[in-house]
Order: sequence, then C-alpha cells, then structure tokens
Amino acid sequence: MYNPQLTSDGKLKHLLSIEGLPKKVLVQILDTAESFVSVAQRDVKKVPLLRGKTVCNIFFENSTRTRTTFEIAAKRLSADVINLNVNTSSQSKGEAILDTVNNLIAMHTDMFVVRHNQSGAAHLIAKHVPDNISVVNAGDGRHSHPTQGLLDVFTIRKYKPEMHNLRVALVGDVLHSRVARSEIHALTTLGVPEIRVIAPKTLLPNEVEKLGVHVFHDMKAGLKDVDVVMMLRLQSERMSGAMLPSTQEFFKTYGLTPEKLALAKPDAIVMHPGPMNRGVEIDSRVADSGQAVILPQVTYGIAIRMAVMAILAGGAA
Amino acid sequence: MKILIKNGRIIDPKNNIDAKQDLYIAAGQIVGIGEAPKGFSANQTIDATGLIVAPGFVDLCARLREPGDEYKATLESELRAASAGGVTSLSCPPDTDPVLDEPGLVEMLKLRAWRHNLARIYPLGALTQKLEGKALTEMCELTEAGCAGFTQADHPIIDTQVLWRALEYAATFGYTVFLRPEEPFLAKDGVAHDGEVAGRLGLKGIPSAAESLRIAAVLRIAQETKAKIHFCRISTAEGVALIREAKKNGIAITADVSIHHLHLTEHDIGYFDSNANLKPPLRTLRDKDALCLGVKDGTIDAICSDHAPVDDDAKLLPFAEAEAGATGLELLLPLTLKWSSNHKASLQNAIAKITSEAAAILGINNGNLSVGANADIAIFDPEAAWQVTPTALKSQGKNTPFINMELTGKVIYTLMNGQITYQDKMK
Repeated sequence: MYNPQLTSDGKLKHLLSIEGLPKKVLVQILDTAESFVSVAQRDVKKVPLLRGKTVCNIFFENSTRTRTTFEIAAKRLSADVINLNVNTSSQSKGEAILDTVNNLIAMHTDMFVVRHNQSGAAHLIAKHVPDNISVVNAGDGRHSHPTQGLLDVFTIRKYKPEMHNLRVALVGDVLHSRVARSEIHALTTLGVPEIRVIAPKTLLPNEVEKLGVHVFHDMKAGLKDVDVVMMLRLQSERMSGAMLPSTQEFFKTYGLTPEKLALAKPDAIVMHPGPMNRGVEIDSRVADSGQAVILPQVTYGIAIRMAVMAILAGGAA
Repeated sequence: MKILIKNGRIIDPKNNIDAKQDLYIAAGQIVGIGEAPKGFSANQTIDATGLIVAPGFVDLCARLREPGDEYKATLESELRAASAGGVTSLSCPPDTDPVLDEPGLVEMLKLRAWRHNLARIYPLGALTQKLEGKALTEMCELTEAGCAGFTQADHPIIDTQVLWRALEYAATFGYTVFLRPEEPFLAKDGVAHDGEVAGRLGLKGIPSAAESLRIAAVLRIAQETKAKIHFCRISTAEGVALIREAKKNGIAITADVSIHHLHLTEHDIGYFDSNANLKPPLRTLRDKDALCLGVKDGTIDAICSDHAPVDDDAKLLPFAEAEAGATGLELLLPLTLKWSSNHKASLQNAIAKITSEAAAILGINNGNLSVGANADIAIFDPEAAWQVTPTALKSQGKNTPFINMELTGKVIYTLMNGQITYQDKMK
C-alpha cells in the first residue's frame, strides 16, 4: 500500500505513525537518537544540524509536556522554533485546519510538529504541504503518537536490549490511547514476540487482537512473568460515560500496585507516558520505585525527537 | 416529436424482454416495441447498434442539496448529473435546509425540478417535523404535494414510542416509510465500522449491531402496525440475514443497498480518505459479500446511488470531522454492472435493481418500456470504459472513493419524456 510517510526510495519524509514504517527506518531513528543522548550532557547542549531551519509547533490540542520536549529538541539542533497554540475554541470559530496551515506555509517554515484531537489530522496536513516541508505527528486523536512510541522502545532497548526475547504488557485505557497504538506497532516491528494488553473490555478497541496482541482482562494473569509493564494514562477527559464505574474500582482492578508488580519478572521495568494519575492507574510506591523508568523516558524523548527532526531535515546519516 | 431507436438490445426487466428490437416513441410515450405502430414516421432516429436500450434508471436515494445547500450542489447541476448517469426518476431525502416537512416546500422543489425537465423527482417527506423525531408531519398533505413516502434520512428516531406511532400513522394511509436502520445510541459519534480499521486508526466505531438491532425493532413494530417499510442502505451481513428471514415469514418489507457497499470495505478508508466517510460506514469483506449475495437472491430489492455531493472544504478535514457522503448518480450504472459481472448476475437482473424494482418500491409507473409508458430511456454501452475524474463528472460534488478509477459502462443517450436530455460527446 502507498505509504505517505516515505519517499519513493524508502526514506522518511514525514513521521505520521509507526504503522507502515519499515524496521530499518525505526532502527535508524533509534540509533541516531543514541548519538544525541550525550548532547544533553555537554556544556554546550547544541548541534548545528538544523541551523537556519524553522520548526513550527502547531498544537491544536493543549499539551505542555510534549510541546516543550519538541521545542527543546529543535533548539538543541539549532533550529528556530515557533510555538502556535491553536486551541480548539478558535478552530470552532471557523478557521479550517488547512487555512491555519496555509498561513504557516506562507511564512516559509521547514517543519511542522502537529498535535490535534482528531485522528488523521497529521495525515491530512502531510498530504497538503508542499514537498519541502516535513510533518511530525505529535499526537492525533486516538490514532498515533509516533515519537512517544519510539522513545518507549528506545527506553526498553536501553534496559532490555534483547528485544526478541521480551514479554511486554500494556495496561489500561487502550481504546482512547494513541500511545498504546504506537507502542504496539513499534514493538511488533522490532520483533518483540509477546505483547499483552490488559484492560476491561470497555477500554479495548474492537478486534484489538488483530494488532498482534494477546488480550487479558485479569491483570494478575496478564502481568505474570513480563519484562516490561507499560502503564497507560486513564484519559478521564475522554471518557464519555459508562466505560468504568469509578476510578477507585479501576485502581483496584487495573492499578499497578507493588503486589501486582511482584507477579512480573523481578527485574521488570515500569513505564508510563505521563502525566501520571497516581492512585488511579499507578501506585506511588511503584511510580517512585527503582523499577520505574518514567523519568528516563522523558530524557530519551528529547533524543528521539532530535533524531526524527535531524533525519527529516536530511542532516543525519 | 417521433423518435426511433433502432438496432439496440432492449432490456426491460418488468416485461421480461431481452432482445434486439426497435423502439418507437411519440409524444413523450413509448408507442411501439419490435414493430412500428401504423403510420409511424420518425423525426429522428437513434442508431443503438452495440448498445443496450433500458428504461431510464430509478434512483432511490439522491441528494440534490436544494433547498439550503446550494454551495455543495444545485438542483440544476445534480439533475444534469442524473441525466448523464441515465437516471430519469429519483427519490430525494428530506434532509435539506429547511427540512422537507411542509407541503409548500415539496411543491416548490417539484416545480423547480419540472422546469429543468431532466429527471422526475419523487421527494420523500420528513416522517417527523424537522426530522427531530418528536412530532409527526402532515403526511396526507405532503403526499398530496407529491411525496412518494416518508423518512428520517440519517436522523433515526430515538424515542421508540414516536417511531411506533409514526409507523402506525403512515400505515393508516398505506404510505411507505423509508428507514435507514441505525440504533442512534450505539452509533453515536461513530464514523467507521467498529472493527479492525477503526481500532487501528483510532476512529470511533459503529458496531454492526447498531444496524441489526434497529432492523429487529422495526420489523417487530412493522408486524404490529402493518406499516410498509423500506430499509435503506443496508450495510451488514446480519442485516441481510434478518431481512431475508422476515421476507420468508411474509412481512411486507423491501430493502436497498448503496453502490458503495457492494464494492468497498472498511479497508478502503486507507490512510483516512475522507471520501470513504459514508453513512452507514463501509464494513467488512464478509458484510460486502453478504450484501452482494443478498442483491442476487432478491433479499435486497434495489441498488441506489446514495448520491451526496459534498464541497471540497467539507472533505478537507480530519476524517471524523469531514462530512459524510459521496457523489453517485453517474456511478450507479457502472457500479451496478460491476456487481453483476463480479457475481455472474444477468444484465436483466442488474438493470431490474435500478429500474423496475426501484420503481415498485416508490410506487411509480416508471422504470419499464411498456407501450404507453413514459419514454424515459437510458441507452448505454456496457463495455465502454471511462475514468472517474472531476471533469468527467457533471455533478458539482467530485467526492467519491472511486475517483480516478476506471469503470465500465457508459451512458450514451438519456431520454426523458421522449426528449433527448443527454448525449455522450463521443456520439
């Protein structure tokens, strides 16, 4: 099938979703990120790869954390960065998404980092922009959040380099989670043999097993002997009623407590894309434990975003 | 004006004719088939060698966008599209702005269409006022004004008591109620089939059960009220099975399917192609196969275009925000033919689905070539291939999942009321 994010010779043109990316492109991004991890530890935290380029963060949906990490990543690559928060209220006042984009194209930006609350928004923009502009999806609706998926597998690779010998569990609101979809595609592409999703039926998409995952409704059974536990944020703001009775009951059944974590392998790592709802999906005793790699995820997130931007700008091998 | 159509292969499903014969037209009517009426001398002769001469097509669902949505399409542009597609009778749903819930609006629409003299239109009146699903419309008045039946278009009634009463009232007068079966709560905010693709793309799904539950409910109410129900645009295998069973049990119902659902599945959404945002949503391969078989075995009586021209701006949006619908009038013939060749159905059977069967559902005496009938005729080349491009389409709506594809089956002449209203440029 035609893949809108690759050039005709198989190079990365846009980063829209993990699905459809060949393994070699994924590995290229991860390896490139590896070389950027050290940039943050230097006195001068800058490399000149994007000097003279303008990166525009267009956020149609609010996000401080993701926008900040993209901003830092671009600045460490010496790009000029513009942040634009087009909140959905001004969208509903009538300006169509492509009108906003057209204005920014006219300002000669080189790269768009886009977040939108609708699935497919990044694809729409990528289809619309001229050839010299790359689009990075920073989250579209429930569909995809590819840099998050990449930084997650990057983190796993750091702690558990034997990817082809891992058991990974994703726990929580898979239905509304673009992070879960990206993680699942990244893990399957990199050859992780067993991916489990653990959630009540109301928080799983129909036919989720077609993504190549094993479905568990019982968290204790699902966590048995896993190497990686990836917790998902319970997106309560997207919850349109009747999916769960209460956050308390959710914590009791699907919250990650030390007792439940004890069922996983003793050296299992715990991940969370943030922001965490402590006491809803994760117990503070787990979140702050030595098994949690939640803050390293944030650190690596910057390296991953630098790698993606550098590759898209043609500045990295 | 007297016209002779000679050397064509006449296919008239209603009269069970499939033969090479000449057709004679005078004063807007068919006056002879096979042999000339006494003293007939043609003013004009159409040579239909190698072509099929069929009744003008009858489309059960075509949105003309008037009144209210003239920036999407106009009566004139869409009636021209109908004519180019060989469609001479069409039924239009009432989801216009304002809604067709008053006799004056229906009369006005019919009058304006009549002036264009391109296709006969049979509006469906709103079943409830403003399609709100609360209060009944004046169905008798609306029928007098020219409504061929009543419908809620894409606004299913939520309150089942209102649904019951609406069907009861329509049954009192023998009016046909056209319902697109969808359980509104299960379908709420959904934009794609609740399956693999919606899960992967992160789109809100509409389960198949949204259709089958509503069919089951309506069938039960129809049994009680004896209402004449026509199910519009069935999309699921379960739906086909329920309708087949109901027909076997003698419940008087009919059903149609759109051209899109006979050929496309959820996978045709690809990477968020908003042209594939349709109501009902495209479903699975299994559903598509069941629909095709349902048409073949007669469970599904008719094929409609579900014509819904949408302006570009309303499609250049993220998938879920894009307006649903596709242009279809000019694709009705080629996609019906494609169904017949894919499923080894006879041409006569295929043409029946867009002529006599559809006409019977609307209760109109078109869609046949009987002597004395209106001379509404589609003459087409079943082998001619053409590419569905924006310029090839007469409709103002260029939105279709089939855009840029090559289809086979091309209308060469359309006659309405004994006059040539469309002629292919090549001829």
